[in-house]
Amino acid sequence: MTGLPTDTPKAVVLDVRNLTTQVATPTGAKTIIDDVSFQLRPEETLCIAGESGSGKSVTALSIMALLPANARITQGKILLGQSDLLTLSDYQMQSIRGGEIAMIFQEPMTSLNPVMTIGRQLVEAISTHQKIFGDAARKIAISSLDAVRMSESPRRMKQYPHELSGGMRQRVMIAMALSCNPGILIADEPTTALDVTIQAQTLMLMNDLKRDFNTAIILITHDMGVVAEMADRVIIMHEGKIVESQPVIDLFQQPEETYTKALLAAVPKLGSMKDKPITIKYVPGANGSAPPVVEVHNLTVRFDIKDGLLQRPIQRVHAVENVSFDLFCGETLALVGESGCGKSTIGKSLISLIPWNGDITINGLSTGGMSYSEMKTIRRNVQMIFQDPSAALNPRMRVGDLIGEPLEIHNLATGAELQERVAELLHRVDLSPDAIKRYPHEFSGGQRQRICIARALSLGPNVIIADESVSALDVSVQAQVLELMQELQDELGLSYLFISHDMAVVEQICHRVAVMLLGEIVECGPRNLVFNNPQHPYTQRLLDSVPIADPTIVRRDRKLETGDVPSPIRPLNYVPIERKIRDVGGGHFVRDFDQ
Amino acid sequence: MNILRELLARKLGLFGLMTVSFTVVVAILAPWITPYAPDLQLFEGLTLQGAPLPPNSQFWLGTDLLGRDVLSRLIYGAQTSLIIGVAANGVAVLIGSVLGVTAGMLRGIVGAVLMRFTDLMMAFPALLLAIVLAAIFKPSLWIVALVIAMVNWVQVARVIYSETVSLAERDFIDAERGLGASRSRILIRHITPHLVPSIIVFGTLGISTTVLLEATLSYLGIGVQPPIPSWGNIIFENQTYFASAPWLVFFPGFAIVSLALGFNLMGDALREILDPTMKGRH
Repeated sequence: MTGLPTDTPKAVVLDVRNLTTQVATPTGAKTIIDDVSFQLRPEETLCIAGESGSGKSVTALSIMALLPANARITQGKILLGQSDLLTLSDYQMQSIRGGEIAMIFQEPMTSLNPVMTIGRQLVEAISTHQKIFGDAARKIAISSLDAVRMSESPRRMKQYPHELSGGMRQRVMIAMALSCNPGILIADEPTTALDVTIQAQTLMLMNDLKRDFNTAIILITHDMGVVAEMADRVIIMHEGKIVESQPVIDLFQQPEETYTKALLAAVPKLGSMKDKPITIKYVPGANGSAPPVVEVHNLTVRFDIKDGLLQRPIQRVHAVENVSFDLFCGETLALVGESGCGKSTIGKSLISLIPWNGDITINGLSTGGMSYSEMKTIRRNVQMIFQDPSAALNPRMRVGDLIGEPLEIHNLATGAELQERVAELLHRVDLSPDAIKRYPHEFSGGQRQRICIARALSLGPNVIIADESVSALDVSVQAQVLELMQELQDELGLSYLFISHDMAVVEQICHRVAVMLLGEIVECGPRNLVFNNPQHPYTQRLLDSVPIADPTIVRRDRKLETGDVPSPIRPLNYVPIERKIRDVGGGHFVRDFDQ
Repeated sequence: MNILRELLARKLGLFGLMTVSFTVVVAILAPWITPYAPDLQLFEGLTLQGAPLPPNSQFWLGTDLLGRDVLSRLIYGAQTSLIIGVAANGVAVLIGSVLGVTAGMLRGIVGAVLMRFTDLMMAFPALLLAIVLAAIFKPSLWIVALVIAMVNWVQVARVIYSETVSLAERDFIDAERGLGASRSRILIRHITPHLVPSIIVFGTLGISTTVLLEATLSYLGIGVQPPIPSWGNIIFENQTYFASAPWLVFFPGFAIVSLALGFNLMGDALREILDPTMKGRH
């Protein structure tokens, strides 16, 4: 660090004063960061939190002088020690970047060069900034991989980014960022693309490294759980302005601004449903005796991985392995698990979007071996809501046509009647009637998801498969969409198969939960039993990994893992291990596991 | 109309559009604006020694070896080039799109067979194929157009195929299938509209390659047959006199280059306009 008085603990490593950044738009300059000031002290984690579009990432890019060409800083100072970064030339900034301030990004795959081994990329970063070459640089690279707890680091040096899992890649990024001993590390949503268990590991690692390397961290995140777990101080941003800036405990316990209060209130907190009873409000006449609306028995889905000239199968993905469950009327069953555990595959199998084996019965009809046209009548009763509403809506169709289309496909309404039904549906999901003439891209994410819900409702289904339907939404919007889904369930008696990776959201909405690991359901039961008394070690680990938006909760020590995560890709001759399912009482089932 | 306005707003696109429109207008008005009939051999079109005349006040672009007016031949040649350009390219885009979409929608064995056939055609030297086809059929304007179409559909099929495949894997197509939409509905209402920009771009960009290929074939003597003038065969007939009468090669050459350039610029501009991901980048 240049000329910093490091002896005083109150020293400031980075001082941002009145930073204002504007972007050029066709309608003129738009201010996206407005008069932002904050200070960063050594060995401190400063979290910048806010919803999408709040300007938190642009703040980081402004500091790094990495703004896109159409944006510029119009006012302010960014003081690193004595020098104002805004007065430095591009060339001078190059040595600051990576040397004194390092940055890690959200998506580790795109931040690493896919055609270079990670060793070469590390060595290159070290050579550029520290002018250390050859074996000496290699040594530093290996020791920085050791520092991020990578197993067998000399072998890792020779691997390419695609050979590593997402969590491992993010560790490489951190190793690269730390290899030059920067005083400041800026992490922009570093764990958002990672699974919760991997996220927990990465966050823990960052905390360790902060201690070992005396690095000050600016952590940018939308996840209040991550904030509670990591931050020393928090800045809440909204529409380019700092709303509130407080030490972490004060912020969560006595938020001052209404915006912060609303934001914190919208965050689903794991464990907050602990004592609430499970109630199914919709009662269709006789209760309890009704047969399940969806029955799944021994569902198995496997994909071949083909390669070579003749496209022979070489490996097999055991996406779903021998899964059975029932879904009852008016009930929400959550399928939770991390990416690649097969939860979305189950959703797609239910509406036969992919080939599957086993038995699926929907409303008493077995859908096995049905042709596409035979499935058509089933599809009226089972609808799906996808994760990304902007991808699930044809961008070239108007909203009115999109919502009316299911009715048209099934010849349920035409002309004026169709118009009427569309208007009704729009009203039902709280969208204004003038939405009919507009295109999906003119709506916000939450509104688009409402359009998808209206579309799914148009056929009057009794089962809705919600595949990560609120994962892409900001917390406040997420809360509204969940509320809408709940309302619709109570009113219409819908059954939801709620597929999600987010344990806290699942706890809010589901009646029963099934935890998936590598294509199998490892634990299934009523919400309170599974969440309060998890039996399977994986469920325990999953629940333990969820960052909770409460900084006072002290965590059990987690074990930092060094190896790769297991994968459902198996050799062709692999025979799945059959494990018994144990009944632990109250409809709570656990699959046997190795002790 | 929005597209036209945006096209006019781009300098290069506008230049392309003007070049193309000029050629089209001239070709249409050929019978009224040409000073002489294209195959009329004029006595005063040759020197007393029988040599062609360089450009002068009577023959603006000079005359050829038979004493015919080069300007008139060039204007009628524009008709040939444009007819072949539009017709041959239209057929090529049609075949390519239909094959590409079919293979992309069906995938499986049918898709694989179609695409391997496309690869095979692609691996075949285009000119050789054209020569073989031209040798089998007796060259005429329409045969030449057909030959060119046979050669040019391949790239279209490739691109449309990969676009269809990537579209078919988008979430909104899954959503349609989840609703029970029939295959033809998905194809017509949800896939085709997304292919239209690519098809329009091929429709314009492809014309320039077609015009060039027609010129090449005519230059090789297997294209449009004399006395019908085409830009390619004007060069072919006169190439040996390049040193003594350069205008005979220069003017048709210039016409070919500028029309191809015009279509290219127009196609590029259209691609930018129709691709929403390129909005605001020009």
